[in-house]
Amino acid sequence: MLKRVHFPTSALPYLLVAPQILITLVFFIWPASQAMYQSFLIEDAFGLGTEFVWFENFEILWSDRHYLASFQRTAVFSLLVAGLSMGVALLLAGFAQRVVRGAMFYRTLLIWPYAVAPVLAGALWVFMFNPTLGIFPYFLEFAGITWNHYLNGTQAMVLVILAAAWKQVAYNFLFYLAAMQSIPNSVIEAAAIDGAGPARRFWTIIFPLISPTTFFLLVINMVYAFFETFGIIHAVTQGGPGTSTTILVYKVFNDGFVGLDLGGSAAQSVVLMVLVIAMTVVQFRFVERKVAY
Amino acid sequence: MPIKSLLCASAVLAVAGSTAFAETEIQWWHAMGGTNGERVNKIAEDFNATQDDYKVVPVYKGNYTETMTAAIAAFRANEHPQIVQVFEVGTATMMAAKGAIYPVEKLMNDAGEPFDGDAFLPAVVSYYETPEGELLSMPFNSSSPVLWYNKDALDAAGAEVPTTWDEVKTASRKLVDNGMKCGVSFGWQSWVMIENFSAWHNLPTGTKENGFAGFDTELTFNNAQVAARLDDIASMGQDGLFVYGGRRGDSLPMFTNGECGMWMNSSAYYGSISSQAQFEFGQAMLPLDTSIADAPQNSIIGGATLWVLEGHDEAEYKGTAKFLTYLSSPEVQSWWHQETGYVPITTAAYELSKSQGFYDSNPGTDTAIKQLSLNTPTANSRGLRYGNFVQIRDVINEELEALWGGEKTAQEALDAAVERGNDLLRRFERTANPS
Repeated sequence: MLKRVHFPTSALPYLLVAPQILITLVFFIWPASQAMYQSFLIEDAFGLGTEFVWFENFEILWSDRHYLASFQRTAVFSLLVAGLSMGVALLLAGFAQRVVRGAMFYRTLLIWPYAVAPVLAGALWVFMFNPTLGIFPYFLEFAGITWNHYLNGTQAMVLVILAAAWKQVAYNFLFYLAAMQSIPNSVIEAAAIDGAGPARRFWTIIFPLISPTTFFLLVINMVYAFFETFGIIHAVTQGGPGTSTTILVYKVFNDGFVGLDLGGSAAQSVVLMVLVIAMTVVQFRFVERKVAY
Repeated sequence: MPIKSLLCASAVLAVAGSTAFAETEIQWWHAMGGTNGERVNKIAEDFNATQDDYKVVPVYKGNYTETMTAAIAAFRANEHPQIVQVFEVGTATMMAAKGAIYPVEKLMNDAGEPFDGDAFLPAVVSYYETPEGELLSMPFNSSSPVLWYNKDALDAAGAEVPTTWDEVKTASRKLVDNGMKCGVSFGWQSWVMIENFSAWHNLPTGTKENGFAGFDTELTFNNAQVAARLDDIASMGQDGLFVYGGRRGDSLPMFTNGECGMWMNSSAYYGSISSQAQFEFGQAMLPLDTSIADAPQNSIIGGATLWVLEGHDEAEYKGTAKFLTYLSSPEVQSWWHQETGYVPITTAAYELSKSQGFYDSNPGTDTAIKQLSLNTPTANSRGLRYGNFVQIRDVINEELEALWGGEKTAQEALDAAVERGNDLLRRFERTANPS
């Protein structure tokens, strides 16, 4: 006779997850479903005349060259922002970890930009690169480069990528530094005794051991580049010149809040949502296999 | 004294305070930042000081676009203000919102306030009237683009103040040869170089009387005349005579720093220029393109008007009407005009500024008014009324930037802008309540 073990059912686990479930419902599921519903409507700005149109907003999007072009732009922008900010952060963390004297001072300075609001970060870069007043165009003039991001789409893109990456470096740096400090010193010392130089130690020991952090940061940075860079673009270029810096999230804002085309804007945000969910799934399915925990 | 009784005392005081002055509050959302914001506050304070029944509370809501968006969002949440300042390109959107707006002329009549539509400058009110001639919103800050010039730089280069586009080119050449970075620049390019350029030369920007006669309008500003002028400016850009400096007022520093000798933009930059420019400056009428017209027609306005929103009670509307009467009085209007460079909206305010000798001591400050009232407006020069025009202006900005950047010819850029703009007009036509 098998004896069944019965645990008394308890409400405790449900209570413990309840706040998180509630937050997800209120701050994600509910607005997301609102956006879904809105994307099936064409209505005027004041919401006085509403027409239910099924998928027409999406059809309009897919037939719009400018919308399709902003996909490619977003891909380039996100990859460069994520790559640049993670690369620089890794480099800085690698150096900061070796610093003995004044370590706190350096770290504090490197973490600082994270506290800067996106719009302010944008404003700083706008000042530095203002074609008329900025310090960088003045220096670039000596190198024979005329800087005018009001006219030159490539330069405008470079500027928003720099500003967005700069702001995210601090965040990435923090995680990389923590990851590096959790590597046991004995491993690195053993490699040093075997005659591995700093670069070799980094690539064969440290880099593989912090791969979970790299993976986590990749997901976070892609999401950051997709969504949170809005403030920077708004402050620096307003999506211009032409449409050269209009990435998907900026277009959502511009069509919705400037153009007051709520249906079209909602349809775009649904597309964006699907895209980011798909991207995260792909990252977890395929990239994570290469990660050693 | 224990905390509890302190709290009690302050609560009693708060209640007493709110009952002692039972003023009806009137919210006024506006987009006037900086010094103009302070002037708006002063107008409200002065009005509040004239009586005890109503209190106007001005709230700065960001730039024009942000203010309009905020008001619409608030309307959808039923928390909207009584008065909101909307820029001229939002007119069609506001007009189409039949249940959301309270036409100003009707408000004044309902509240028993004296109102005479003929007291206003025709070029200003025609922009905001129904086809039947009912005024929908109260003009407040109207401006018109003018040609700002750096008098010292022109004199040093031996150039005259230009009156035609050929002269603009000649003067620019002289300025650049004399060591300036650029001859001419402009801002708000859709407004200055397409909307006003067309009106100035009596060209339509769209069918159906520029949209006044119906929502089924189509854009037509991609004509050979406008294209030829823009192409010429783009080639001036190649020669360094023209420099593009951004979409709104971003190029203002280029003028005030002495980089560009001439700048075409709103007359309302008067306040900023007089506080920033370290040189003698002046304003002249927009240049004429002699290959299109023998004489200029008239320019059209920009700036904004005050719209009254539906859904408040009678007492609040009474106060709103009283405030609008105060706001359009000659004294307030001429003060506002002289301080900011916006045009006076009533003939009386214009006359008052004249009799005060303002134009004698500040020559050129009546340029915008003269431009606006140069001739009786035609169907091409009354103004424009296109739906989704905020977005259409973005499209125009994008396409013109492709032209200045050398990626497109003027005709290609204008054709693309018209095609994309027409799509937006058709979308608007669907959502607008057909009138």
